[in-house]
Amino acid sequence: MHHVIIGAGPAGVTAAETIRKHRGGDRITLLGDEDAPPYSRMAIPYYLEGDIAETGTYLRAAAGHYDDLGIDLRQARVGSLDAGAKILKLDGGDELAFDRLLIATGASPIRPPIEGLDLAGVQTCWTLADAREIAKRAEPGASVVLVGAGFIGSIILQALVAKGVQLTVVEMGDRMVPRMLDEAAGTMLKRWCEAKGVRVLTGTTVKAIAKPEAAKPAAPQPEPGFFARLFGQRPPEPTAPPAPVDETLKVTLDNGETMAAKLVVIAAGVRPNIGFLQASGLELGAGVSVDDHLRASAPDIYAAGDVAEARDLSSGQFDVLAIQPVAVEHGHIAALNMAGNPTPHRGSLNMNVLDTIGLVSSSFGSWMGIEGGDRGQLLDEAGWRYLRLEFDGDRLIGGQAVGLTEHVGMMRGLIQTGLRLGAWKDRLVKAPERLTEAYVATAQGIK
Amino acid sequence: MQRALVIDPGKCTGCKQCELACSYEKEGVFNPAKSRIRVFDFHQNARFVPYTCTQCDEAWCQQACPTNAITTDAFGVKNVNDSLCVGCKVCTIACPFGTVNYNATTGKVIKCDMCGGDPACAKACPTDAIVYTDVEQAGYDKMAAWAKRTDAGAQAN
Ligand SMILES: Cc1cc2nc3c(=O)[nH]c(=O)nc-3n(C[C@H](O)[C@H](O)[C@H](O)COP(=O)(O)OP(=O)(O)OC[C@H]3O[C@@H](n4cnc5c(N)ncnc54)[C@H](O)[C@@H]3O)c2cc1C
Repeated sequence: MHHVIIGAGPAGVTAAETIRKHRGGDRITLLGDEDAPPYSRMAIPYYLEGDIAETGTYLRAAAGHYDDLGIDLRQARVGSLDAGAKILKLDGGDELAFDRLLIATGASPIRPPIEGLDLAGVQTCWTLADAREIAKRAEPGASVVLVGAGFIGSIILQALVAKGVQLTVVEMGDRMVPRMLDEAAGTMLKRWCEAKGVRVLTGTTVKAIAKPEAAKPAAPQPEPGFFARLFGQRPPEPTAPPAPVDETLKVTLDNGETMAAKLVVIAAGVRPNIGFLQASGLELGAGVSVDDHLRASAPDIYAAGDVAEARDLSSGQFDVLAIQPVAVEHGHIAALNMAGNPTPHRGSLNMNVLDTIGLVSSSFGSWMGIEGGDRGQLLDEAGWRYLRLEFDGDRLIGGQAVGLTEHVGMMRGLIQTGLRLGAWKDRLVKAPERLTEAYVATAQGIK
Repeated sequence: MQRALVIDPGKCTGCKQCELACSYEKEGVFNPAKSRIRVFDFHQNARFVPYTCTQCDEAWCQQACPTNAITTDAFGVKNVNDSLCVGCKVCTIACPFGTVNYNATTGKVIKCDMCGGDPACAKACPTDAIVYTDVEQAGYDKMAAWAKRTDAGAQAN
């Protein structure tokens, strides 16, 4: 049996390892089109900050990991799929036949309708290759404009601040992370960023980015002289002030304001990589449509991760949940099915955690609540703390927290197990900060 | 042989020696706030519940880690490798027990690692509410059964 996996991100790698665990003798081919060993996009911000080297982003640290498992990892881009004939066409002309296929091609950044997106110095922040470009320009003191303060944008924000750039954030929504946090929390985050010296413009868009015509040529570098050749360094010179940072781009906002920037980072959302499947005959929605076993609409073909439109535990609907833990979960379950262990996918829980210049926020499930459900809310503006819990009957269905890092995972536990809180529910509506107590008590049967 | 911390809340008197021992062993200070085991105090019910990582088989924290910084050792203990942890905190939201926490001072996450096989909390407990023993002998903890319900699919190991 030949299993082929397209995409060597967390979903693809988890799947390859899981298939191997259950099918010792099967052939496994893992195809990735990037220029690095399988890595984690999530680790990119820490690479940008300089906390880790590129190798620190790798999903598996051990050299030879894939060889040791008998996983044939190949750098190749799939151009198209013939689902009926079970054949992939690779860029370059090769064909690859499979018995079972996993589509784990992830997503790509959306390019918003802004004039000048192709200029040098305008970057998305999605791949290691992107991060290398950003690292070159994001020097301390450089003016940087970040377009988009969604979840990914806000993670990049943190890394850019850590690099010491002069940051302006432009977000078209009315607050930061509008799809992860409510107004109270998103507004608190904005106030926090502003207090830390970041300019945050909400309800604003970038209209155009331009390169001013007459950029001054850089002063010619003097030839290395005798001392330099002898000692590998320049002879002492009178110290000149540092050269001004080369601000090469002009950014125009929809309110008419303009600003200079050395770097513009675009984080305006992502879209599943399904372009190569348009003629495949597979059913496609926002991503690859799958059933409750993560099977696509043709036999022996599965999808997982950012590219899959799979069940969302909270809504019960099929939706793309583009987060790392879901990619791993999908990869694991799809692989069990591919390996011949029928395993249903009950649905994944949407959850995020964000560190914004030291202020940690998180959200889980139906954090916006449902009609007719109850809510517990605690807002401490001065203390930078917020907790909001949402209930359906006496079950927790969603939550969000700002400034809380102890035991936050309990929210996932309560939501995903659907544990009935009984009398604790009313206590939590009055005092949501008793969450951890409620969790332990309920699990221990303490009324 | 897998060994585990077996907790019997019925024997806990709420003295918090375990919290002090843990914080001293792991952080070098006697400070319950820095302990990886926590005693919940339900005074209205006159109940105390010591609470920490169960080293669950599902290892949500390990699965969610983007840099392979959490691994399971031969005894089933989930350990955080500080040199690989980037501090992204995804494990802290992925752990349905809430027993992996972020330490802002170090920028890494912390969890119970059973003190490398000689847990300070169990040694400090005067009433045997916390004992370190063989998993088989101890039988299944309530929490382990519940963990299964968190899974997105049946966990076929
Ligand atoms: C900066 C940044 C920070 C993030 N932070 C977080 C976070 O804190 N928490 C969180 O939960 N998530 C975070 N994410 C999102 C997370 O990285 C994704 O959800 C995760 O990578 C999805 O995994 P995947 O395996 O589905 O796809 P990917 O990791 O995107 O992997 C898919 C791979 O397939 C390749 N591919 C695509 N098309 C083809 C083709 N035709 N042929 C061959 N190969 C192909 C792609 O190039 C890619 O290498 C972050 C993302 C970024 C960019």
